[in-house]
Amino acid sequence: MGPAALSEPNRLHGSKTRREKWIQRFFLAAGGFSVLAMLLIVVFLFKEGIWLFATVSIPDFLFGQAWYPTYEPADFGIAPLIVGSLVVTAVSSLIAVPLGVAVALYLAEVATHRVREWMKPAVELLASLPSVVLGFVGMVVLAPLMQEWLDIPSGLNILNASLMLAIMAIPTITSISEDALHAVPRELKEASLALGATRWETLTRVLLPGALSGIGTAVILGMSRAMGETMVVLMVAGGAAQIPSSIFDSVRPLPATIAAEMGETPFGSEHYYALFAIGMVLFLITLGFNLVAAHISRRYQQKGASTL
Amino acid sequence: MSLDGLGMRKLREKVAFGLLRLAMLVVVGTLGGILLHVVLQGAGVLGWRFLTDVPREAMTQGGIFPAIVGTLYLTAGALLVALPLGVAAAIYLSEYAREGKTLAVVRLGIGNLAGVPSVVFGLFGLGLFVVFFKMGVSLLAGSLTLGLLILPTVIGASEEALRQVPSTFREASLALGATRWQTIRKVVLPAALPGILTGSILGLGRAAGETAPIMFTAATFYSLRLPESPFSQVMALPYHIYVLATAGTHIEQTRPLQYGTVLVLISLVLGLSLFAIIIRTRMRRTKKW
Repeated sequence: MGPAALSEPNRLHGSKTRREKWIQRFFLAAGGFSVLAMLLIVVFLFKEGIWLFATVSIPDFLFGQAWYPTYEPADFGIAPLIVGSLVVTAVSSLIAVPLGVAVALYLAEVATHRVREWMKPAVELLASLPSVVLGFVGMVVLAPLMQEWLDIPSGLNILNASLMLAIMAIPTITSISEDALHAVPRELKEASLALGATRWETLTRVLLPGALSGIGTAVILGMSRAMGETMVVLMVAGGAAQIPSSIFDSVRPLPATIAAEMGETPFGSEHYYALFAIGMVLFLITLGFNLVAAHISRRYQQKGASTL
Repeated sequence: MSLDGLGMRKLREKVAFGLLRLAMLVVVGTLGGILLHVVLQGAGVLGWRFLTDVPREAMTQGGIFPAIVGTLYLTAGALLVALPLGVAAAIYLSEYAREGKTLAVVRLGIGNLAGVPSVVFGLFGLGLFVVFFKMGVSLLAGSLTLGLLILPTVIGASEEALRQVPSTFREASLALGATRWQTIRKVVLPAALPGILTGSILGLGRAAGETAPIMFTAATFYSLRLPESPFSQVMALPYHIYVLATAGTHIEQTRPLQYGTVLVLISLVLGLSLFAIIIRTRMRRTKKW
């Protein structure tokens, strides 16, 4: 066949290929949109937040002990806010990690098929409870109970907020941990059982070590979620910008500060810029959590029996 | 009964499994307890008037109709933003992308977008839509912000749905001479549609329940009128709960209204999630391939 014979279908094919190329580019652009959105978030947080540092130095901002944004002269030290965020995240993890992992172990290895069919959706529903509802429950139900039972001045405190945050973090921890447990190769489990280990021994000595990186990812993502959660800490943590000395103290975590104060702040004021700067700090902390989680899940990915 | 080695190990297993079951019961019981409490406290105020009337007497009387409408508009708006973008991104991920740098960057972007705190989305929406694009505090700005927030959810669900379409479907279509795009449009997308819709409903539920992203971009705490244009401020259920429970002089007096609003919001959000979960379970069971 000479080249002339091919030219007609080739031309047709060429225009089709060109169209397909454009379509492919269109979808690449749609995929890249999330990257663009991330960049825009960074740009717009920094564009506003950066102005604060014209008047306040970065160490004074990060390590300053006093947050009095409306005083004259104002103080923009966010150390108490950062400590507040870290404390509620840590305490909620102490509650959510054991419970969340236990539920994952139960669903993955103990529950019968029938029980799992019902419990998995229940955990998923827990994940979709709006945070304002948990904030409301913490405020209206748990706070008065705590105040009465523990005989403390206010039920709006670190412990209450941490309990509510734990409820939010558990579904995240459970579902990712369960996926990790399922990803452990079946033959490992069967080998262990065949050697005479009980199911519990198999679970703790074979499955759990095999799923450890996945569970690590789950824990970090759960903590990241607790750190960024707003409504619960806004409504339940008490709101005092102080460094706490007990879990019954009131704190004012980073997200709560932004949400509580943005409404009353004049646009373009120093306070307005300070709240965007807090947004920057919060964004960077959670970004750090997410990158570490992504790194762990990539680095220690279970690729089969051989990598154990 | 004396316990030999094996008996001891069996006993340990029993105790451990019992503890795991207890953890499960604690978690599910918490969900059940919260739901039961809200239903018991909120059912009393729920009625035709509460659902269809505007707030009255400085929000101590009347209903929550504008907040319901506002939340529906915001959620629909968010889906209008997130669905086309999310499905297109999922098509890229599942049908076009090859392993490499580009894909890694895109995945990093989506993964991190999913982890951005909701209040930061609120700040971003304020900076970009409200101020920079001069949309003001409006339905439009709120919908765009919420749309970006649920974008990763929609992408994730859509990609999973697309990946579940067997590759033999694609191969058969390509072998018949169809182009890649024809294959996607006529074969892959229709087969994945139910899964995509399920995922979108989950995103919808998330958008309806979020408070922090709309606080500075869309929500107003009191409005007698329904939104008239995309540039109107709107009332919204989650924000209404927050305001009634924390601000004003009648916090105790409006407690029943607060519970009523919580019940309506929970019914809406959990109803959507439950609906999606049920469809998904049924789909998995009756899958044709």
